[in-house]
Amino acid sequence: MTALRERWHSASSAIGRRVDGLPKSARITGLLAFVAFLYVLPNKWFYEYLNIPGLWIPLYTTRNDMAAVLFYCAWIVLLSLGLNVVVGYAGLLDLGFFGFFAVGAYTVALLTSPESKLITEYNWLESPWPWLVTIPIAIALALLSGVLIGAPTLRLRGDYLAIVTLGFAEMIRIIAKNQDWILNGDRGIPQVAHPPGKYPDGTAIFQFEFKPYYWLLLTVIIGAVFLIRNLANSRVGRAWVAIREDEDAAELMGVPTFRFKLWAFAIGAAVGGLSGTLWAGQANFVNSSTFSLENSILVLAAVLLGGAGSIGGAILGGFLVIYIPEWLRSVGDVFGLPETATVFGNDFDVSPTSLRYFIFGILLIIVMIFRPQGLWPNRRRAAELQDRQKEVAVVE
Amino acid sequence: MDFAELVRGFPELTTTGLVQGAIYALIALGYTLVYGVLRLINFAHSEVFMIGTFGAIWTWAAFGLNSNSGAPSVGRALLVIALAIVAAALLSGSVALLIEVTAYRPLRRRNAPPLAFLITAIGASYALMELMGTLTRRRQVGSPALLPTDTLFSIGGWSVTPVQMLTLSVAIVMMVGLDWFVNRTRFGKGIRAVAQDANTAALMGVNKSRVIALVFVLGGLMAGVAAVFSDMKSGNTRYNIGFLLGLKAFSAAVLGGIGNLRGAAIGGVLLGLVENYGSALFGSQWRDLIAFVVLIVLLMFRPTGLLGESLGRARA
Repeated sequence: MTALRERWHSASSAIGRRVDGLPKSARITGLLAFVAFLYVLPNKWFYEYLNIPGLWIPLYTTRNDMAAVLFYCAWIVLLSLGLNVVVGYAGLLDLGFFGFFAVGAYTVALLTSPESKLITEYNWLESPWPWLVTIPIAIALALLSGVLIGAPTLRLRGDYLAIVTLGFAEMIRIIAKNQDWILNGDRGIPQVAHPPGKYPDGTAIFQFEFKPYYWLLLTVIIGAVFLIRNLANSRVGRAWVAIREDEDAAELMGVPTFRFKLWAFAIGAAVGGLSGTLWAGQANFVNSSTFSLENSILVLAAVLLGGAGSIGGAILGGFLVIYIPEWLRSVGDVFGLPETATVFGNDFDVSPTSLRYFIFGILLIIVMIFRPQGLWPNRRRAAELQDRQKEVAVVE
Repeated sequence: MDFAELVRGFPELTTTGLVQGAIYALIALGYTLVYGVLRLINFAHSEVFMIGTFGAIWTWAAFGLNSNSGAPSVGRALLVIALAIVAAALLSGSVALLIEVTAYRPLRRRNAPPLAFLITAIGASYALMELMGTLTRRRQVGSPALLPTDTLFSIGGWSVTPVQMLTLSVAIVMMVGLDWFVNRTRFGKGIRAVAQDANTAALMGVNKSRVIALVFVLGGLMAGVAAVFSDMKSGNTRYNIGFLLGLKAFSAAVLGGIGNLRGAAIGGVLLGLVENYGSALFGSQWRDLIAFVVLIVLLMFRPTGLLGESLGRARA
């Protein structure tokens, strides 16, 4: 077992070294080709030919529209990029990330829906605003709420921060669910505006079809990756790493830790809010049920599964946490697995569709046991963890 | 704000709040024990509780008691409740041990970063919840009516039903027993030693692995007992029941000071009471909000909870 693991490690690091050794032009070409591949991916004529050679296991999903699955993947990828700044770079455990998502989604819904109470009851707005105008407002509000929640709570450390952020997100959700003055409680806000844009023949691009939204999200993600990457390589990013590795030492070295932690929190919140605006634009309807704690936990799982502190890891993790369960839905069709099993005269639904989160949970455990640093960890962070592993545990 | 409602219902609200609080406290003890020893939020503990609720219902089903059967005689009812407590506690305890052996121990052996434990906890939680969801076809399962629902005794305006009386007395016995076990026995000394400094304790000859396993089993036993009373109180269970109750119980543990046994007990009871009074005052739809408001306000002023965190440090 150990030998196998070491072989795997040496092989994977050899691949890493080879990729690093390539000239810059080759790496950029490879990256561009991959991005182009992602843009073509939701087209049926394209993905139906993507099979594992020889085995004929379709990698696309047969039970669910591939474009829809990719849209949800991209949605979680954007969220995990935002959470990665908070958890991965600054090392702050945030369990209430969907609170900021809710701020973004509700801002768009309130300003663009003709059913919004701002228009129908309070007459604050003459008419619904266009979708595009509300985006900066939504992001600004999410950022502001990040600062407002972060300022009193970021003095707490570790697990206490986790429970307080969790508490705040649940409070936002319960208030959205129960109050009726603006947010319409559980009935939610319908008729949220779609993003603008028309095909040459006059039909709108963004309606209920998933494909254009996936492309839009992909473009936003590419922008976000550039921004976050540059931020991480700047003075701010170095301050975050210093805080993550040793907060007291960073403070002594003159890093204003509180201010940088607040920045990380607010930037994460802004990305969460942005994701909320895009989601509201697609779903056309906003109520509190999307902001459940389960979703916050799923995004956290995505970040840590991919490898905290690495952009590639956040993307990979975000993709996998949606894609694996969705793909498991179709595995039963491919292999012709039984749908039900009879035990002592009782029928149980054992299809991979209904067991998909069971399998996903087991997979999470297995991956974490064999790669506790995540699937695609940041190199510096992996080195930190290697150091930890060398420290001797006395008796086990 | 409905003060009249609060004043009128005060005795009743206090009793039901104490019962709910006792259930929170029993679950919270599991979180706090594991946290005190490992500095780890055991997110899968809510599923340990959930499986206990099914363990109790299966035990009753084995005696031919389900939600449609009539109430048995009091003696028989007490007997099946006692059996259900034993069965649910054993089931929950073994599930907790299973989680520790499969999801946490391999990571500890590799000295994995703390956040990796969080992910295996989430994974274990998903797996257990979905497994039970499949086994029960994601339906709500009713528990039998075992004890009469009329008043057992009343003092002034305070009336107590048999279920409430039983819940409170068994919960108190369990908590006192656990406190005695941790503070007065040899095993308890081992737990406190590992909580204080795991490596030094190991050097002094404490079997660290066994102590950690023991802590998980103890937490599971408590959750199993809580599960039986949760069944009897609400009359049904479901595969996803653990989520909200687990969250509340965890809040209770933090409220009292996580890692502190007496803190968890006080936090649980306090949370149950405050929730009840608050929902009478502001309306029952705000019940869940009150728990978190209390938690956050308290953490602002006492960042380590009411009693502070200490499993090993106090009375070491």
